[in-house]
Amino acid sequence: MPDAVRIALVFPSLLGTYGDGGNASVLAQRLRWRGVEAETVDVAVDDALPEQADVYVLGGGEDTAQTLAVSRLADGVLARAADAGKPVFAVCAGFQILGETFLDGAGAVHAGVGLIDCRTDRLPGSRAVGELLGEPAVDGVVELLTGYENHGGRTLLGPAAKPLARVRSGTGNGDGVDGAVQGSVVATYLHGPALARNPALADWLLSKVVGDLAPLDDSEEQELRRERLTALRRARAAWWRRQWRPPARGT
Amino acid sequence: MTARYTLARAAGATAAGLSRLTGRGGGTTIGGRVTLLVDPLAMTRAAAGRELALVTGTNGKTTTRTLLVAALETREPVVSNGGGANLPTGLTAALTADRTSRLGVLEVDEPFLPKVAQAVRPRAVVLLNLSRDQLDRYAEVRRLAGIWHEALSGPAAPAVVANADDPLVVWAATGATDVVWVAAGQGWTFDSTSCPACGDVLQRDGQRGWRSPGCGLARPTPAWSVTGRTVTAPDGTSYDVKLGIPGDVNVGNAALAAAAAGLWGVSPAKAFDAMARIPSVEGRYLETTYSGRPLRLLLAKNPAGWVEAIGMSRAEAPVVVAVNARAADGRDPSWLWDVPFELLRGRHAVATGERSRDVAVRLRYAGVDHIRVDDPADALRAAHGSGPIEVLANYTAFQSYRRVVRDA
Repeated sequence: MPDAVRIALVFPSLLGTYGDGGNASVLAQRLRWRGVEAETVDVAVDDALPEQADVYVLGGGEDTAQTLAVSRLADGVLARAADAGKPVFAVCAGFQILGETFLDGAGAVHAGVGLIDCRTDRLPGSRAVGELLGEPAVDGVVELLTGYENHGGRTLLGPAAKPLARVRSGTGNGDGVDGAVQGSVVATYLHGPALARNPALADWLLSKVVGDLAPLDDSEEQELRRERLTALRRARAAWWRRQWRPPARGT
Repeated sequence: MTARYTLARAAGATAAGLSRLTGRGGGTTIGGRVTLLVDPLAMTRAAAGRELALVTGTNGKTTTRTLLVAALETREPVVSNGGGANLPTGLTAALTADRTSRLGVLEVDEPFLPKVAQAVRPRAVVLLNLSRDQLDRYAEVRRLAGIWHEALSGPAAPAVVANADDPLVVWAATGATDVVWVAAGQGWTFDSTSCPACGDVLQRDGQRGWRSPGCGLARPTPAWSVTGRTVTAPDGTSYDVKLGIPGDVNVGNAALAAAAAGLWGVSPAKAFDAMARIPSVEGRYLETTYSGRPLRLLLAKNPAGWVEAIGMSRAEAPVVVAVNARAADGRDPSWLWDVPFELLRGRHAVATGERSRDVAVRLRYAGVDHIRVDDPADALRAAHGSGPIEVLANYTAFQSYRRVVRDA
C-alpha cells in the first residue's frame, strides 16, 4: 500500500462540466476517514499527466474539450497506468474518449485513447437526460448504481469490454447496459457525481489500490439514495398512469 | 396599430387578470402567451417606436437590468420586465402592459437572445457572462456563445456592451460592428479553458489577460475598466462606486449598466448615483429579520453564482444552503460539486430544500459541520447561534424563502 494515495483528476477544466471532479474528492475523503493519507492532484490542461498517481479520474465535458483532451492524453501515461492495474475511472465524455472512436459536435469521427474496446456514435432520437439506474454487473458491487445522465452518445462495447451495469431505468450506453469495465479501467454515464451517489462503487475502486476497507457510516449517502430511488419509482408510476389513460374519444 | 394586435393585447390583459384573480399566478406568462397566440407579431408591434436595451448572460441579468433601469430613469420612464419573466411571453406582457414609456430595458433568457433581438430590434445588447447553468436544458455553454455570435453579426446588429474579461462573451460579440468593451471581471473561468472560436487552450497571464494561440482571439482593450470598487470611464475619469447591494461582481455589473446608459447620454456620475440607491433586487441581497435574527437572502443559480454568493456572505454567520431541482433550477444538482463548499469550513450550515440530501452529502465531503432540515422555516431556526444568518438558495428555493420571510 502506498504511503499517500495520489488521485489524479485529469484536466478538470476540460472534463469537469457536470461536477464530476467530485469523484476525486469522494475517493480522497473516504480514504482519509479510514486513516489512509490521500491527496488529489488537479492536472492542468497544459501539464503532463503524472506517472506516479495511483488512481486517475476523468469527467464529462463538451465536444471541443473532448478532442483537445484526447490530444493531451496521447503521451501514453494513462495507458501505462491501465497496464499497471491502476484504477482509471471515467464518466460520460471521459468514457467516450477512452474508447476506440467517438464523434465530435459536427459528427466527424475521432480516434479515442483506445483503453476501452468501445465505439461511440449518436443515440437515435433525442439526448438521454434524466435519472439513470443500473444493476451492477461486476463482482464486488452489490448496491444498485444511481445517478443522472446527460449525453447524446451511444456507446457500443466490443468483446474486450464488459458492461458496468444492466440498465433498469434510463438509457446508459444505449443498448440496455451502462458503462464499461476493461481491466482496471471503469467507465459509466452516471453523473451525480457517480461516487457520491454510489459509495460502494467508490470503495470497490479504492480496494483495488489499498485492499480491504473498513466500513464507514454512510447514512447520509444512503438517505440520498433512498430518496432518489423513491423519486424514480414515483416518476415511473406517473409515466405508466399517463400511458394507461384511455384515449380521448373523437367524433 | 392593427386590429389583431389591439385584440391580442386586450386578450392577454384579460387572461393575466383572470390568472391573478383566481390566484393561479402573477399572470405575466399566461397573459403574454395569450397575446402571442392571438397575434404572433405582438412582441414586434409592442416594441415599435421604442428604444430598447436587452440584457443577457448567465449571472446578473436581473441585477444589471435593475441598475440600468435606475440609470435611464434619471432621464425618463422606462419599461422593464421583472419577476424573472425573461422569455418571449414575459417580454411581450411587459411591453404590452406599458404603452407610454419610450425607453425599455429587458432581461432575456440566454438562448432566446436571437429570437428577441430579431423581433424587437433593440438599440443595444448588454452581454454579461456565460458559464455552466442548467445543463439539462442547454447542454453546452459554447453553443450559447455560438448562437449569440450569429445573432449579433452583420450590419443590422445593435450596439453591443460586452464583458471583455469573458472569452465566450468576447467571441459572441466579435461579429458586431459597434462594441463597447467593459472589463467587468470573470470570477469563474472553468467554462472558458479552450478558445470558443478555434478550440485551442487559452493562455492566461494570471491577471485578466487571455489569448488564443490558435486563432489570436484575445481580450480586447476595454473602454471601461474596473479595479475593486473603482470604475474608470472611457474619458479617464474614475468613480468610486458605492452600491447599496453587496459584491464586487456587482461593481462590474454597474460598469456595464453605466456603459449602456452612456449610449443614451446619461453621465457615469448620474448613473452610479442612481444605482447606489438600490438596496435589493427582487429579494436578492435583501436584509431582513426572522424571529428577531438578522437574515440576508442571497440567490445563487449556478456554480459561478454560488462562488460569488459564498464570497458575499459574512464570514462568521451560519449558512442555510437551500437547493431545489425543479425545471427552473435544472433537474440535476451535480453542480453542487463544482462549488467550493470547503470555503464554509468552520461555519455551521443547514442543508434544506427539495434536494437537501444532495446538499448534506456534499457538505459531508467538504468537511462542513451541518444538519439537514426539510422545512425552510425550521431550517432558519436550526442555524446555530443568535447572530445574523445568511441564506444561500437557488432559484425556486429562493422564491420559497421570499415567502417565508414575507409571512413571518
